[in-house]
Amino acid sequence: MTPVLQTRNLSKRFGGFFASKDVSLSIEPGARHALIGPNGAGKTTLINLLTGFLEPSAGEVFLKGEDVTRLAQHQRVKRGLVRTFQINRLFAEMTVLESVTLSVCERLGLGWNWWRPVGDHTAAIDEAAELLATLRLLDVAHTQTRSLAYGRQRMIEIALALAAKPQVLLLDEPAAGVPTDESRELFETIAQLPREVTIVLIEHDMDLVFRFAERISVLVGGALLTEDLPEVIARDRRVREVYLGEALDG
Amino acid sequence: MTIIFDGLAAGMLLFLISVGLSVTLGLMNFVNLAHGAFAMLGGYTCALLLSRLGVPFLLAAPAAAATAALAGIILERTLYRRLYAATHLDQVLFSIGLIFMSISTAHYFFGATQQAFVLPDFLKGQINLPGLDVGIYRLFLIVVGLILAVGLQWMVSHTRFGAELRAAVDNPRAARGLGINVDRVFTLAFALGSGLAGLGGALGIEMLGLDPGFPVKYIVYFLIVVAVGGSGNIKGSLLASLMLGLFDVAGKYYLPQVGAFVIYAVMVVMLIVRPQGLFGRAAAK
Amino acid sequence: MTPVKLDLSPLRRAAAWHWAEYAFWLLPLVAYFVFPKNLALLSQIAITALFCLSLDLILGYAGIVSLGHAAFFGLGAYAAGLMAKYGWGDPLLGLAGAALAAAAAGFLTSFLVLRGADLTRLMVTLGVSMMLYEAANKLTDFTGGVDGLQGVDIQPVLGMFSFDLYGKTAYWYSVAVLFLMFWVARRLVHSPFGLSLRGIRQNVGRMPAIGAPVNARLVAAYTIGAAYAGVAGALLTQTTQFVSLDVMAFSRSAELLLILVLGGTGSLYGALIGTMVFMAAHHFLSDINPQYWQFWLGAALVLIVLFARDGIMGLLRKLSAPARTPS
Ligand SMILES: Nc1ncnc2c1ncn2[C@@H]1O[C@H](COP(=O)(O)OP(=O)(O)OP(=O)(O)O)[C@@H](O)[C@H]1O
Ligand SMILES: [Mg+2]
Repeated sequence: MTPVLQTRNLSKRFGGFFASKDVSLSIEPGARHALIGPNGAGKTTLINLLTGFLEPSAGEVFLKGEDVTRLAQHQRVKRGLVRTFQINRLFAEMTVLESVTLSVCERLGLGWNWWRPVGDHTAAIDEAAELLATLRLLDVAHTQTRSLAYGRQRMIEIALALAAKPQVLLLDEPAAGVPTDESRELFETIAQLPREVTIVLIEHDMDLVFRFAERISVLVGGALLTEDLPEVIARDRRVREVYLGEALDG
Repeated sequence: MTIIFDGLAAGMLLFLISVGLSVTLGLMNFVNLAHGAFAMLGGYTCALLLSRLGVPFLLAAPAAAATAALAGIILERTLYRRLYAATHLDQVLFSIGLIFMSISTAHYFFGATQQAFVLPDFLKGQINLPGLDVGIYRLFLIVVGLILAVGLQWMVSHTRFGAELRAAVDNPRAARGLGINVDRVFTLAFALGSGLAGLGGALGIEMLGLDPGFPVKYIVYFLIVVAVGGSGNIKGSLLASLMLGLFDVAGKYYLPQVGAFVIYAVMVVMLIVRPQGLFGRAAAK
Repeated sequence: MTPVKLDLSPLRRAAAWHWAEYAFWLLPLVAYFVFPKNLALLSQIAITALFCLSLDLILGYAGIVSLGHAAFFGLGAYAAGLMAKYGWGDPLLGLAGAALAAAAAGFLTSFLVLRGADLTRLMVTLGVSMMLYEAANKLTDFTGGVDGLQGVDIQPVLGMFSFDLYGKTAYWYSVAVLFLMFWVARRLVHSPFGLSLRGIRQNVGRMPAIGAPVNARLVAAYTIGAAYAGVAGALLTQTTQFVSLDVMAFSRSAELLLILVLGGTGSLYGALIGTMVFMAAHHFLSDINPQYWQFWLGAALVLIVLFARDGIMGLLRKLSAPARTPS
């Protein structure tokens, strides 16, 4: 099977400092893949490179076999590669339904439609509402995004990405800063996503990672330390040393 | 040759006025379009002191600087300070408001006409060298400009105030942590900028003229100096001003039909090609 | 598909006309009968309102700051003027020509404008408009320079209504064009395209991540805004049969920003109401003393920035908070 997402010797340099170093990664369709590593290991940078948010200093990115290294962000989104952000990037003054409808409209290619009101694009609105229903956000559909609690906002961060119907979904610490009970709900939602969606997850909470992931890559200092099944990673001495140490012993 | 000399003098004048903007806009990141209003204030102060009170020019010019600096302090304390964190658009609107107020105030007190201005005797006249007519006043401007440029450069890089200013601008919170009184540093920097503008306005009456439209008339020139010179860069401002002065004067002599067009074009191209300025630090923040 | 139990009407009907809007558009009619002697001023208001609307499209919706929007107004004014001078005096043709000229300029300069952040944009737009101003100033053979463009001969609108001395034709013509263009703009801002512009203004970093080509959208918005400004400029030319150099002046751009901020950005009606209030105040106050007027104008601007950033529309919205307001 061709990997759905692949990188070859991907590097990113800031001045003399490598935030990503020679990363060659390969992700199978339908994977539940976790990306772990200590703070500053270059996880977010890697996502930025994959999605075109940053331009790599060297190396290539392949999506479904196609070289997308030179493509702009929105072109990669059109090809099914969608991300969320570690720090919320939401449309503060829109209602929740509006923001999700915006994302749906973009996916349906309606973004250039300048004549018919959004309200007349019923298919888009219905789809947005349905997505809100699955994410249990209906009660706040007409609430302004900025007035929501942080946990709900975090959910909208994901809703915007799902509205783009990703084939590969890159989640950058989706539950960061969310209270525990809400974060459990959030992860249930993620776990229920259909297998057609390949998921790459960055997460610091090891319990969550081991419950969710079927494969784990470990990044250290911008470079890929190792990649394997969770149980192998759990036993790997180097990983324990650089990262897991106490988390596993304790 | 004479043209080059006149261009340099004009450039020095421009430098005097706009180096203050380079501090507020460049270092403090405040788009103070009303900068020219402080220059105008200095100009009127100087003109008044000379004509009504008979104060000698060499006293009137510093007094003009002091007045503008004082106005700067008052406005910074009361108004500008509230907008440090605002968007650039808000700052622009705010300073356009100040421009309007200053223009109409000047109108009210002094009328729409150009201010008459008589140079003191010792600055009048020319020295005629072969192939070069040196206006004494222009020579005076160049000398004053150079002294100030060197003094400012020294102040920013060698005094405690300079170090505090750089620290406060780079990271206000960290600077506060180090015990620097950031508010005071900003006020002083702002006063310095307005004071210099006031001085430039006073010295510039002879060459630039002085009427209520002054703050708008030269706004673009000040902005160009900052855009080309790189923000908060004294040497850059100086070079940019001199180039602009030369360009302007030479352009008016040789290519009157193209005129200011070229200067605006240069600014736009600069902004696009080298946003950090011709002489700016290579790495923008 | 499971039916969703949610009342979708707030979004479905967001673009429906509110009764207050109908009432608003009766104003031109009312004004015609109440101020029959001030038709010239009323036409000016309609024209400036259209100009302000164009700035609202690019600033209030797309979030592009501009200190040089008069460049497009001026281009439109000259385009219509020159066309009329050289025999193409049909007003509607003139509007089309002006729109095209301004749109072309907007399209070309949009690439300069898009490159930077706010500060760069402010200075680039200012620089571009000053360049055009200088060009118009120096190309005296073409534009008449500071003396203005003379000999602008405008034919009757639709071949039927010639521009009369009382300014009746000019008034209805300006109002009709304003209304039509407003109506189109209103459709535009409520469309998915308009929604994407709001998205760009609210969070430009997110838009590419949901698949939106941000730069292309901004180029389009800027071009449309420029075309609108060009039409406004053409209207001024056609109703006054003259073009003066100050159509491109910096002060016109600055004043326009002020009007928009006074009215409130991002609602279209803010642009219209701001213009009405501003022009009316100007008319009555500057009669008393032009300098006072400018002083209080400046003071008002300072106060708005400090205390009432949402302008008149913001106030209206607050007053009618429980009721639904036109958006
Ligand atoms: N734009 C940038 N310029 C300079 N350095 C950067 C930039 N972006 C990231 N870095 C540096 O690259 C390194 C990797 O950052 P990155 O955000 O990818 O880490 P991370 O693994 O996501 O960490 P965290 O778990 O804290 O989110 C860090 O040292 C960071 O300071
Ligand atoms: Mg990160």
